[in-house]
Amino acid sequence: MPSTDRYSAPAIGAHWIIALLILVAWPLGVYMHELPLSPYKLKLYSYHKWIGITVLLLFVVRIAVRTLMPPPAPLPAPAWQHKIATATHHLLYLLMFLVPLTGWLMSSAKGFQTVYFGVLPLPDLVGKDKELGDLLKEVHESLNWLLFVLVGLHVAGALKHHIIDRDATLRRMLPFGK
Amino acid sequence: MKLQLIALPAAALLLAGTAHAVEFKQVDAAKSSLAFNTKQMGVPVPGSFKKFSTQIAFDPAKPTAASTTLDIDLASIDAGSKDANDEVVGKQWFNVKAFPTARFVSTGVKALGGNRFEALGKMTIKGQTRDVVAPFTFKQDGANGVFDGAFVLKRMDYNIGEGPWSDFSAVANEIEIKFHVVATPAAATAKK
Repeated sequence: MPSTDRYSAPAIGAHWIIALLILVAWPLGVYMHELPLSPYKLKLYSYHKWIGITVLLLFVVRIAVRTLMPPPAPLPAPAWQHKIATATHHLLYLLMFLVPLTGWLMSSAKGFQTVYFGVLPLPDLVGKDKELGDLLKEVHESLNWLLFVLVGLHVAGALKHHIIDRDATLRRMLPFGK
Repeated sequence: MKLQLIALPAAALLLAGTAHAVEFKQVDAAKSSLAFNTKQMGVPVPGSFKKFSTQIAFDPAKPTAASTTLDIDLASIDAGSKDANDEVVGKQWFNVKAFPTARFVSTGVKALGGNRFEALGKMTIKGQTRDVVAPFTFKQDGANGVFDGAFVLKRMDYNIGEGPWSDFSAVANEIEIKFHVVATPAAATAKK
């Protein structure tokens, strides 16, 4: 199979690293916010934020990669499936940007600056503002539920192609596939 | 001519300065503030105490004779969020039920040259008393005397944040305290 049928190595790398980070940050976010205040909670919040900022950075890398090394053409499938796949991918890209961004803004609005890995302070793009902080929390949460649904749809689609259609849709994104 | 223009008011100011060697005694609580900075996971988090009372006696002509007493209502803390405010009044932190106030009593003032000074004194928080050195500046602003200073306090010297909170990687031991005190001459002296 010619190599152009696969995603580029950087695209595959970015995809799976981001996937892994989301799979860690998402349940961490759900778990940590109910905890009583403790050093443990402060640490988890920091880890969650650092992961989120990493996703945001990788998102930028990924967009650059996608521009420089366009993805392979979609495999044959009914037009409505292509439409849903494209829409899902676009929304996933949008959320890879918006979810970390709203988390970062929420942090600033709640009066806790984000300091990447405890050493690199990120600018507070909004000032401390309780109402804005509460609003951004709602937005961050809602976007995450949307992300949850879309990731589910994305995984279901990939598995359907792999198991039912037995095509290369999933394989061409796998790190060690041929 | 130009020189005169400057020299005259300058001389007048100088004269005024020596003629009324006032002692600043009346603290304007509304204009004064007591703030602090903590570091949580490397993140600077500011806070403040809303209620505190200060007794002060400071004569710029005799700074070394100055004295001050500061009482802080610890329950009036704003530590950055409601969660934090609820937490820090508790037993592991300030334990405000048993120790509602913190107190600083000066034992002396050193002149460091210019408008810079150093207040020496004893800080008592949560039953622990420690020596504190607080550098500050003094400037006259109209009828007001304005004191600005900052010093670093190690929270564990006072057992603030015990148990799991003694983990400095989560909340640093060093707490920066910043004070801004505005005082006027005592009512009796002001009338002169």
